[in-house]
Order: sequence, then structure tokens, then C-alpha cells
Amino acid sequence: MRLRNARADAETFRARAIVGFLVIVLCLGALVSRYVFLQVYRGAEFGQTSDKQRISVRSVPPVRGLIYDRNGVLLADNIAAFRLEIVPETVEGGRKGLDKLLAELGDVIAISADDIERFRAARAKKKAFENVPLRLKLSEDEIARFSVNRWRFPGVEIAPYLTRAYPLGPNFAHAVGYVGRIDINELTRLDPNDYAGTTHIGKTGVERWYEDDLHGAPGSETVEVDVNGQVRRKLDTIAPTPGKNLYLSIDARLQRAAEEALGPRLGAVVAIDPRNGEVLALVSEPEFDPNLFVNGISRADYALLTEDPRKPLLNRAIAGGFIPGSTVKPYVAAAGLELGVRTPSDTVVSTGEYHIPGQKRGYRDDFAAGRVDLKLALAWSVNTYFYSLAYELGIDRLSGFLAKFGFGAKTGIDVAGEGVGVLPSAEWLRQTRNQPWFAGYTVNAGFGQGFWVVTPIQLAHALTVVAAKGANRPPHVLHATQTGIGAPVQLAPLPLPGPNVGTRASTWKAIEEGMWLAVNGPPPSTVSGLGKEFPYAIAGKTGTAERFSRFDESWTYIATSSADRHQVLFECFTPAEDPRIAVVVALEAGKSGASDAAPIARKILDAWLKYADDVPVRRVAEAAP
Amino acid sequence: MILALEGFGLHLRMFARRWLRPPALDWPLACALLLLAGVGLVNLYSAGAPDTKVAFNQGARFLIGATLMVLISRISPQSLRKWTPWLYAGSVLLLLVVAVMGEGRGAHRWLDLKIFRFQPSELSKLTMPMMAAWVLSRGELPPRFASLALVGLLIAIPAGLIAKQPDLGTALLVVASGMFVIFLAGMAWWRIGLVAAAAAAAAPVAWHFMHDYQKKRLFTFLDPAADRLGDGWHIMQSEIAVGSGGIWGKGWHQGTQSALEFLPEHTTDFAFAVFSEEWGLVGVAAVILLYIFIVGRGLMIAANARDTYSRLLAGSISMSFFVYVMVNGGMVAGILPVVGVPMPLISYGGTSVVALLAGFGMLMSIHNNRRSPH
Repeated sequence: MRLRNARADAETFRARAIVGFLVIVLCLGALVSRYVFLQVYRGAEFGQTSDKQRISVRSVPPVRGLIYDRNGVLLADNIAAFRLEIVPETVEGGRKGLDKLLAELGDVIAISADDIERFRAARAKKKAFENVPLRLKLSEDEIARFSVNRWRFPGVEIAPYLTRAYPLGPNFAHAVGYVGRIDINELTRLDPNDYAGTTHIGKTGVERWYEDDLHGAPGSETVEVDVNGQVRRKLDTIAPTPGKNLYLSIDARLQRAAEEALGPRLGAVVAIDPRNGEVLALVSEPEFDPNLFVNGISRADYALLTEDPRKPLLNRAIAGGFIPGSTVKPYVAAAGLELGVRTPSDTVVSTGEYHIPGQKRGYRDDFAAGRVDLKLALAWSVNTYFYSLAYELGIDRLSGFLAKFGFGAKTGIDVAGEGVGVLPSAEWLRQTRNQPWFAGYTVNAGFGQGFWVVTPIQLAHALTVVAAKGANRPPHVLHATQTGIGAPVQLAPLPLPGPNVGTRASTWKAIEEGMWLAVNGPPPSTVSGLGKEFPYAIAGKTGTAERFSRFDESWTYIATSSADRHQVLFECFTPAEDPRIAVVVALEAGKSGASDAAPIARKILDAWLKYADDVPVRRVAEAAP
Repeated sequence: MILALEGFGLHLRMFARRWLRPPALDWPLACALLLLAGVGLVNLYSAGAPDTKVAFNQGARFLIGATLMVLISRISPQSLRKWTPWLYAGSVLLLLVVAVMGEGRGAHRWLDLKIFRFQPSELSKLTMPMMAAWVLSRGELPPRFASLALVGLLIAIPAGLIAKQPDLGTALLVVASGMFVIFLAGMAWWRIGLVAAAAAAAAPVAWHFMHDYQKKRLFTFLDPAADRLGDGWHIMQSEIAVGSGGIWGKGWHQGTQSALEFLPEHTTDFAFAVFSEEWGLVGVAAVILLYIFIVGRGLMIAANARDTYSRLLAGSISMSFFVYVMVNGGMVAGILPVVGVPMPLISYGGTSVVALLAGFGMLMSIHNNRRSPH
């Protein structure tokens, strides 16, 4: 009985064990099929998911190109500084934690509302494990204070970076301009790939115009990150392409001399080599320290600059609007000669007052010069000659010809922020003010008054056309480029020349003689004596323009201070026969072009003389006709 | 005096004969276990990297477990049977002690014995099938209702205590080990059906008694993406690890999911995910085959056992082994909820290795005392 039972038990067990084993094999088979599903059917997909969460491509910002003057004087440098960065992911307590952290950080390091706003905007564009800069250019004090308190701020780091510095400070504030932190508008406009690691961008001047060249191309770093976003190893590195170094045509010595010659007066100086259009000096006064802007200007400093009635942030050299006055006379003369309305020897009688035929209104001349030809008309600045010339030309022909000199349009100089000015024409008046043109306006246009507005760079460009005997070479400041320190310096291509102005050599000869006489003739030549003891012949023309219309409400106030009642200008080039430099001085206020602007120009020429021969000159082929 | 010495000498000889002879084991099973342990250690060396301590600690525990296996293999099944009620009572007592004064993160599972800490619940995994086999081998088979009810009660006591700790995974294993004994004893199919129906009906009641975190785990299992950064993270990262391994795997030490810490618990509960990532489907299939071999070999030993107690015990131990593999493998692959059941000999964990190998020691003992072939 017992034995039989035992055998039956064993049989039962065997049957159950076989069933059990089969079920087990089935279950494990099902389990393996799940692995087949994951590893074969969805293997590639999970492989990608795995790579995506571990591989991170980080942008390595390029080093910004340096800016030098034509002789290699450093104008814009990159210097090492420290900034405060936050890795949002590692901040405890999420969004609230971040707010609290920012508040507490403020006790240790000054953080402005701007900083926080920019931080939030930048943060929104980055991944949670990426560093976001909060405060730039920490002072040594701030670094020390933070270091002591570091334990209070997990996720906050001090990181080194390169920041822009302008060693010559205010001197090149307007020409070179400055970089600043990328603002919210720019952030939306810029290619996020190109600017992923970049915090600064050119805001004004050359820094802005050549932003693409200076910025370079970012590199990338493919890294493997762990679950906390910590980099474990580098998988691949593509080095960034540094921005190009730029050599400007500006000569820092001449720039400095021009700045000193201007002194505290509001105005601008532009000096150009007429042989190639290279700008040698580009000064606007007052200046400001561009270094203030680089790492975020304080509200107080910014207010000081924007609320200053002298408008130090305005680049008067390229955007300042001046009434040209008599400085336009050489160009009006060129129109008369080229369009066949006058010959150099044709004369006009100045009685001290000009009347349009059949009209009563008189147009004033400074004195009754009597019978003058073109040469004397330019040398003595005889208004009547140009009143009648303009009247005879008519506004359409006059402004049509003056447009060839580039008035009323941007010269295209490679400095950001250029102004347009106004070249008076019937067309312009109709379009902007919807008013009809009267003959009186033409007379006013003939001596640079009325609707005229020029920028110093426009005037300087027109002057180089005269100096270069009709060759139209757009002004520019980029002399050469370099792909990196130590790389060969390559001359930058010159901008394409514009169409030649005028076809007759006699035109330029007559104008040059008139302008020479203005400087070198006896009185009443306008700037008689200015060329004394200068080795080269100087040719020049003054401009003294009414700052305010007599019908303007501000007139009475201005009239009380006669020393300031005019906008005064002076344009000149030298040597007169084969000019190497053309200078325009424009002052917002002064007595006359001759008394105020011309001496400044002479000082600049004196400075230029000292080293005029030690700078290799870039000769260009004659401009295309 | 002399007599005493002679007595001592006799004892010494007996001790030597009993414990110091070369181990008598079922070599196919022993080799499979060794191979599996080797795979486990190699995998832990990578999963624990750069910390090599994990693999070495596990190796030490494997040695302890193997020694215990050899020692237990020398205890006759008759002795085991004799001690069964006491061992069972002892393990339940320890569970009670843990319930009162145990320690552990969140759950009271551990008993600190100063020298080492251990989980009494691991002991129950062994004493439970022993006790069930003991009860059922005493009466007639197939078991009557009275014996079944008694076994059911004996299962419920330790299982309840363990579930209360709360350690649902181990409770599940304890219940399974008892149930396997009943199944192998030949419980009538209609009764099995009835129990299954009752269990299904009791599920809502069980739900009511579950902890919030257990409920949450179940929800998360059903929809891992809903808790992407919390519990769902485990499941998703484990699936990514397994799936990204592909057919051939990324290679030893080339797995990124654990090295970069995307995969949590990568040496313990999810060690098999690391293995799947580095060795691919090929490795997974090989290891599962090894598990099937071990289960099958264990059942063969059971079938050849000399008496009913040995048979039921050996059968239950073998089939329980499958439950580990199924629950852990299913969790790693995202088809079963996350419960703390280790992958046998692959997951890091001292007590589990020692308890497993002790169980296999009993199998070896049963093998050594098998029915003599006719």
C-alpha cells in the first residue's frame, strides 16, 4: 500500500513537473520574445534615443578678430576677464530656487535688472545643463567676495572669458565703435548656430559693419554627458575659426592729432587719401569711452551720455548733418564748367546784392567784389557768381550734377551708422514736403544754404573727387585683413570706383587754382595766409552757414552770441597739384569757416606732414571712366 | 580520561568523514551555476564601473554561498526534514522581530546582527517550501482539503509579514514557492482553477491594502511616460538600455546607460539591463537558456528524489528560480511592474546569492540521496 502510493506520488509529480517545465519554457520564451521586440524590432530607435541623451554638441565660440590701425596700432583687443555663470539645472528648487538664488547673489555681487532680464532670455534659448552668463567682467573685489560665499550658491560658477577692450579708449569710439552684449532683438535675429556661445556683437562703427568678418565661425565640441549633464569625455572637436583681424586705413597718429586739433568743440574731422579713398582720420567730438558699453553700461553712465545736450554718442563724422555753406561752391563750379554754362574765364559782377531777373528780393553778398572770374569767385567766395550760376543751371541740372559727387546719398563707407544728408532738388522737395520749387531755392542751393544737409564724410568724398580730378573713389576704412595673428596681412580689395565725375581736365584745373588762391592769395582771399610755411601747396574752401533760419523761433537766442551763430566748415587738400590728403573740418558752432575751421585743418596737416612719407601708400589704377 | 580522548578522536574522525571529503555535487547543475555566477560577476564588473568593489564583494558572497551549498549538500534530506518545522518557526519568529525592530530605508527588512545584516525574508524563501513539503509529504497525495488549508495558512503567515514590511517582491516569491509545492503535490486541477478564480476576485481587495507607492508603481508601469522623471524613468531608461543593445550588444564596458548613470540601480535590480545593453539579444538568449537548463536540471533531480518531501522541496526550489528570472527579466524589459526581485546570480546583493545557493545546496543533497536506479 505504502509502496504503491509512493510510486503513484512520483508519477503524479513527474506529470506535474513536466507541465510546470513546459509552462516555464513558454513563459521564458515569451520573455525572450519581448527582448527580441526591444532589441531587434525597436533596436535602432532605442539606439538613437540612447545616443541622443548622452551625446551633446556644444558650440565653441570663436575668438573675435582684433582691429588695428594701418600701422599695426591695436585699437580693439581681447582681454581675459571673469564672468558669473549659472547652470540652471544644478540650481536646487527649480524656478523658485532660481529666483531665490538671484536675490541672494545680489547681496554679494551687484546684479542689475538688465542682467537678470538678459539672463532669462538667454536661458530660454539654452538647454538646462548649459551655462548661462549672468554678470560679466567681475571686479577682483567681487571675485573675492563670491569665493568666500561660494558654498551658498551651488550651480553658480566664475568662468574666464575673453572680453573686448579698446586700448585707445575714446579716441576711436566713433570710428571703431564698440561691441555690447547681444540684446533680445538681436537674439531673435541672429542665427542661433553661429552665435550659440557668443555673448557680444558689434553695435556701432567698424565693429558692426564688419561683424561677420570679426565674429568668425563657431566650432563645436561633441561631448558625452552623464545623466547630470556633466561632461565625461570629448568625442569630437571642431576648432572654431577665429574672426579676421582688421587693419584700418586710419592712422592712429593722425586720428590723435585731429582729436587734439578739434579740442572740446562739437564737430568732426574726416581725412582721406584721395588717391585711393582710404580714410586716414575719422573723428567726431565729443567722444565717449567705448569700454563702458562692452560688458553692459550702467544706467547712470548711459543716462549721462544720452541726456548730454552735446550728444556724445552721435557720430558726427558720418551721421552729423551740417549745412555746407560755401564749401559746395567748387562742386557747383564743376557743374557749371562741365555742363557748359560757364568757362573758367567767364566773369560775373558782384555788387553786394543779387537779384533774380524780374524779382525784387535781394540775395546778399559779403562784399561788392566787382568783376570776378571763377578763380576769384572761389578764392574770395563770391556768392553772386554762384547765385547766377545756379540760377542759370536751374535746379534740375544743378542737383543732377551734384548727385554725381555723392551728395544726398550714403557714400557707403564701411562704418555703420552713416547718414544721408539732403541734396536739394525739386524732386526731393515734392517728395518730402509736397511743395513746389521756386527759383529762389535754386539760388540758395548755389551757395550751400537752404535745404542743404551734408555729412562730413560726404563732403570729404566730394572733395576727393575734385582732388583726384574727377575719379570717384568711395571712402573706406578697411585697409587689410589677416586670418589670424601671424598669418600674412592681405590688402583688402578696394570698393568699386563710382563713375567719373566730369570729363574735362580744365574743369579740375580751374577749381584747384581757385581753391589754391583761397589759401595762398592775399586778402580778400578767404583763408589768406593759411598755407604759410607749409612745404606743399594747399587748396581749400571755407564754409560759413547760418545755423538757424531767421524765421526760426530760436533765432533771437542764437543771435545774441555771434561767435556761435554759424556752422563753420573747411575743406582742403594738399599738395594741390597731386593731392595726397584731403581734410574736412566741420564745426557745429563757430564764427566763420576761415577763423575757426581752417586753423584746425592746418594743425592736422602739420601733424600729417611729420610722417606723411613713412607710410607706404596704396596706389590704385585710374578709376574707370 | 583515555575514554574521553578516544571519544573525542572518534568524533574528530566522524567530523572529518562527514564534512571534509571532496564535495559530492550534481556537476551539470554546479557547472551551470558557476557559469552563471561568472557571467554575473563579469557583468557587475562593468555595471559597477569604475567601482570594482561591487564585483569583488559579489565574488566573495558567491564564495560564501558556494561553501554553504557544499556544506548543505552534505546534510541528508532526512535531517532537513526533521529540522523543517523548527526552521520554519524560527524564520517566522525572525520576521516578527524585524516587524518590531528591523531597519532599512523606507521598509523594515533588515536585521542588524552587528557582524552582518541580513533579511529574514530571504530565509523564508527556503523555509517556506520546506514547510509546505513537510506538511504535504506527511499525508496522502493528492492532498486533501484540510492539508491544503493548513499549507495555505502556513504560506499566509510569512507572506503577510513580508508584504507588510513592505516587500511585495519577496512576498510574491514566498507565496510562489509554497504554491509550487502544492501544485507539484498533485492538487486537483479543479481546485487550482478555483484558487486562481479566488485570487482574481481578491485582487481589488489586495489593491485596497496596497501602499500608495505600490499603487503608483503599478500606474507608472502601465504608463511610464506619465512619470518621466520619477518612477517612469527607471522603466524608460531600462527599455532604452535593453533596446539599444540590439542583437549583438554594445560590448563589455561599452554600455552607456549605466556608465553615464541614466539607468538607476544598475548593479542591483537593473543589472540585467546592463547585461542586455552590452551583450545584446545573443547574450540575453544565452543566459535565458542557461536559466532554463538550471530549472530543468533541478526538476530532474526532483523527479529522481528518494521520497516525497525531497521531491516536493527540490521541485519547488527549481520552479521558484524561474519566478526570479521571469519577474526581474520582465521588469527590465518593461512588461512587469517594478518590484525588488533580483536576477539570480546576476544582480548584486549578498543575502539573495547566499540564500539561492543554500537552496541549491538542498537540491545537491537531494541529488546525493536520490533513488538508486532499479
